[in-house]
Amino acid sequence: MADQGGVAQVWRRIRSIYNIQGNHCTTCDTYYFPPRLVCPKCRRKGKLEDYRFKGLGTVYTFAIVRQAPQDFKRQVPYVVAQVQLDEGPRLTAQIVNCEPSSVHIGMRVRACFRKITEYGHGGIIVYGYKFEPTMRVTGHD
Amino acid sequence: MVGIVGYGVYIPRYRIKTEEIARVWGEDGEKLARGLGVFEKSVPGPDEDVATISVEAARNAVKYARIDPRDIGAIYVGSESHPYAVKPTGTIVAEAIECSTDITCADYEFACKAGTAAIQTCMGLVESGMIKLGLAIGADTAQGRPGDALEYSAAAGGAAYIIGKENVVATIEATASFTTDTPDFWRREGEDFPSHGARFTGEPAYFRHVGAATRLLLDKTDTTIADYDYFVFHMPNGKFPVSMGRQLKIPKEKLEDSLVVRQIGNTYSGSSMIGLARVLDRAEPGQKIFMTSYGSGAGSDAFVFRVEDAILERRGEVPTVDDYIARKTYIDYSTYAKYRRKIKALA
Repeated sequence: MADQGGVAQVWRRIRSIYNIQGNHCTTCDTYYFPPRLVCPKCRRKGKLEDYRFKGLGTVYTFAIVRQAPQDFKRQVPYVVAQVQLDEGPRLTAQIVNCEPSSVHIGMRVRACFRKITEYGHGGIIVYGYKFEPTMRVTGHD
Repeated sequence: MVGIVGYGVYIPRYRIKTEEIARVWGEDGEKLARGLGVFEKSVPGPDEDVATISVEAARNAVKYARIDPRDIGAIYVGSESHPYAVKPTGTIVAEAIECSTDITCADYEFACKAGTAAIQTCMGLVESGMIKLGLAIGADTAQGRPGDALEYSAAAGGAAYIIGKENVVATIEATASFTTDTPDFWRREGEDFPSHGARFTGEPAYFRHVGAATRLLLDKTDTTIADYDYFVFHMPNGKFPVSMGRQLKIPKEKLEDSLVVRQIGNTYSGSSMIGLARVLDRAEPGQKIFMTSYGSGAGSDAFVFRVEDAILERRGEVPTVDDYIARKTYIDYSTYAKYRRKIKALA
């Protein structure tokens, strides 16, 4: 198969999803993730520069998934959360490395590197960020 | 002189006890665990593979080394469970730790010693001045055929070592290798699980190669067992390295600290490198470490390390091997089978 599973789309996002790379408008001091082409607040007066988020944040809200799509059945039950990054933006990600029952609003988390999905047995594998509770092994005792 | 500028490990959180695997196959778990010297083994989560393990270990190594990842000129990932048959794991690691594109990269495969082969390659490139820093990784998510003896030990984990000349925490004083054509363990293309020569994996394979490489390097450096404070051997189980130590007349306590296999199993390419990391986590400046890896097929790489003063100030930056060993969640065999894709009906 020539273009199995949107190779180009995945490739374009590699930089931003491996390291939570977004951007920062120096005019209004706002951080964006995913990266924006223009600052929606400042428009043409905005000045955007690449910004790599520190990867630390807080669980804003979450859901425990018990009815999963086929590709995620192996992981059930798992947690999908809205994580508020320390710099401001909120993003959606799985919370791993803990029991789903221990996840709570306000929990401190940090980004880790995981397999997000794969396009079938022979297709490409998509890697990127998930979040885990900060703990001793994350260097945040 | 070339040495280790930084190192980092990663061990997945899940564990399965030897007794739990034995229960499923109608074996005496307690006896098996004692015989093998493996009491539990690490199991990767459903979203973990050699790429994710390598990235987490490499991120720890970069943090520990306090280097700019753009100074890394080479990445070699040694593993026998690379997620792709064709597409180097190292490319994923390079992007994830934000290396520059001015970098050479390749995947290595030599059963359980591919990671130490990567260290040797990086040493050569650094010594010759071709690169400033090299990243050598040994990581695996090892698979054992259900019911096979290997299932009790095949585990997951990895270690990353940054090799360079400046600010080393341990100097690599010498290295030597011993390689022969010995079919003790193999996996043919397209096969899910490896095959092995059962008892043949002992004397003519592990003991011959580890013993020969160790003696070779002792001769080359004109040293004896007494000159070293720690020994690290590849750990296919808890029995082999101890028995190797006995054959070489190494005092038990010099080997003890490296024996991570008892709690996490055989992490294949990560095995001796995680053992070395655990020793580096506790060694004092001036102490000397002797490591010999083993890869089926077969070969051994032996190394002599001298711990430097810089090691004291770098500690505490990243989690230690013991931190990862202590972080664990037990799973039963059915969860293990689900995570490790042993249930074929589940796509």
